[in-house]
Amino acid sequence: MTGEREQDVRALTYWQAISEATVQCMAADERVLVVGEGVDDFRGTYGTTKEAFQRFGPRRVVDVPNSENATAGIAVGAAVAGLRPVVVHTRADFLFLAMDALVNLAAKWRYMYGGDKGGAPVVTRGVVGRGWGQGATHSQSPHATFGHYAGLHVATPATPADAKGLLVAALTGDTPVVLIENRSLYSLEGEVPEAMTPVPFGVGRVARPGTDVTVVAASLMVHEALRAADQLATHGVSVEVVDVRSIRPLDDAIICESVARTGRLVVADTSWARYGFSAEVAAVVAENVPQALRAPVRRVTPPDCPSPVSWPLEEAFNAGATQIVRACLEVCEVSGPALPALEAVTAGFQGPY
Amino acid sequence: MTSDRTRLIREMVRIRVVEEVLADHYRDEQEMRTAIHFSIGQEATAVGVLAATSAQDWVYAAHRTHAPYLAKGGDLTALVAELYGREAGCSHGRGGSIHLIDQSVGFAGSGAILGEMISVAVGSGWAFALRGEARVALTFFGDGATEEGVFAESLNFAAVHRVPVVFVCENNLYSISSPLATRQPAGTSVRGRAEAAGVPAVAVDGNDVFAVHAAAQDAVRRCREGGGPALLELSTYRWREHVGPGWDHHHGYRSAQEIDEWVERCPIRRAVASVRAEEPGIDELVRQWEGESRDEISAAVAHARALPFPVVADLLDGAYAEVAR
Repeated sequence: MTGEREQDVRALTYWQAISEATVQCMAADERVLVVGEGVDDFRGTYGTTKEAFQRFGPRRVVDVPNSENATAGIAVGAAVAGLRPVVVHTRADFLFLAMDALVNLAAKWRYMYGGDKGGAPVVTRGVVGRGWGQGATHSQSPHATFGHYAGLHVATPATPADAKGLLVAALTGDTPVVLIENRSLYSLEGEVPEAMTPVPFGVGRVARPGTDVTVVAASLMVHEALRAADQLATHGVSVEVVDVRSIRPLDDAIICESVARTGRLVVADTSWARYGFSAEVAAVVAENVPQALRAPVRRVTPPDCPSPVSWPLEEAFNAGATQIVRACLEVCEVSGPALPALEAVTAGFQGPY
Repeated sequence: MTSDRTRLIREMVRIRVVEEVLADHYRDEQEMRTAIHFSIGQEATAVGVLAATSAQDWVYAAHRTHAPYLAKGGDLTALVAELYGREAGCSHGRGGSIHLIDQSVGFAGSGAILGEMISVAVGSGWAFALRGEARVALTFFGDGATEEGVFAESLNFAAVHRVPVVFVCENNLYSISSPLATRQPAGTSVRGRAEAAGVPAVAVDGNDVFAVHAAAQDAVRRCREGGGPALLELSTYRWREHVGPGWDHHHGYRSAQEIDEWVERCPIRRAVASVRAEEPGIDELVRQWEGESRDEISAAVAHARALPFPVVADLLDGAYAEVAR
């Protein structure tokens, strides 16, 4: 790294990176506006919209009524008319109230009017509040739900740099984008480029190279996988962690190349296994490199029930590094080492959430 | 003034003839493989309202699209080609009757899900206002759509932000086969709901094209001058079945007598009667316009049927900007 390059990168938290991307995009493009319930308040959406409001005021950082359904449609109409709205949901679960505009309108607009009339490039940020008693309807991660629909891009940034770069890509591209941010990552620090540089959709990264087993993960689970990999390394198991960064488009190649080398696949997700991100990754591998698999695929996900509130139940519900370690040992057919359980990444968090 | 009035009648005649001819082809050929919701009988709403707009103003329609599309000035050849699924259609055969568009005249789109385009129109109108443009967005929807939550949410947002949007409710008394009385409480109205949300509203006889036009001119002017949103509740009646080319009195949800009464109140016939004194030659003019429109739509149908279909190799084109056409 050159001296000049080093100056371009500094440590920011995940929320600071989102804030910086928002402010830079708004400064560069007057069409960008932030829309959401309470985006202008003293919390500023976990800090992510605070500086934007301070700099650009209520005309461009707009507090809106509690109307997720209409707001999503209004954002589509504004985007079609040339604006670049970012709609912010402090609880991603409310996105289910916005499904019609996102799935029936934003995703399909360009195609259903023939492909040459422009699209509806709305950007939707959904914050997932997993953990600390959030309960059944305040802790779901709906990325796979949106990942199902052609016409959308769906990203799950795991690092501050990607949180910035993927938001920049969303606001400088022509495709409607859903960004899912895990609340547990907001205080995470990492190197972030100062420049307004986009991170392209559909390009994953190898977060840690390894040779024995591939763990494909998204968002928070990338960090759980990295901690699992640390522990497994001390027991002679070399884990490669692939961070997909976006789930639609999905970087099939980076997944398949990794599994072709390691011969084993574990998929870790914060959402359920059935019809989910983990199912899609398993299908991609089964379709493309089935001969590479030396063991069955294992998926580390929450069990098939809604998220409970009570502490011990919630701890059991949320899969993390311990379950990833177990799955890796199983597919590597390494028996023996009774490894100590790892605390969740979110451990130490002070409520209320 | 006389010429304005006859222009409105001529536009209604054209849409009526176009739709009647299309309905016959639709039924007899089975070649227009797209769900069509004909506007026959309720032409005065689209014609009266959209004659009050300019090409810079945008209109979004719901599923009953042809009348608003044509009344806004949408290209007839591209409409017919779309219905026949041809590449030359306004949406290149990807949209069909429900997803029409003609951006050159401000027909901004139409959609099937009740109420969704109401919010989209609010968004486009909001964009106009944020940029300081003196443009107006309009949205057509039926009485059924006013039962959707998005209607209430959109009214509220438009009122709070003083969005230049005209909500046009074509109240034709039925949602498919469900009468209004089973869906909305007695003593309430769409107009009343709008007013309660802070959106000025008027109820107008939707089969009186001149009254509709006057009300729309007021609403559009008010929007353009920064006065905020307005709602028009226009009572009218759909003659044919909810979707498709046929008549449906035999299904029992409404009587042949009721349909006959509304046919008597035909918006074209009423408009012609009201101008006959000042325009004695109007009946002859209408016959002439009917003939011209029949020729025009027949030529458009023949033209469309000779056009090529989209090629299957282009199936994915347009799903993403990266594979735009």
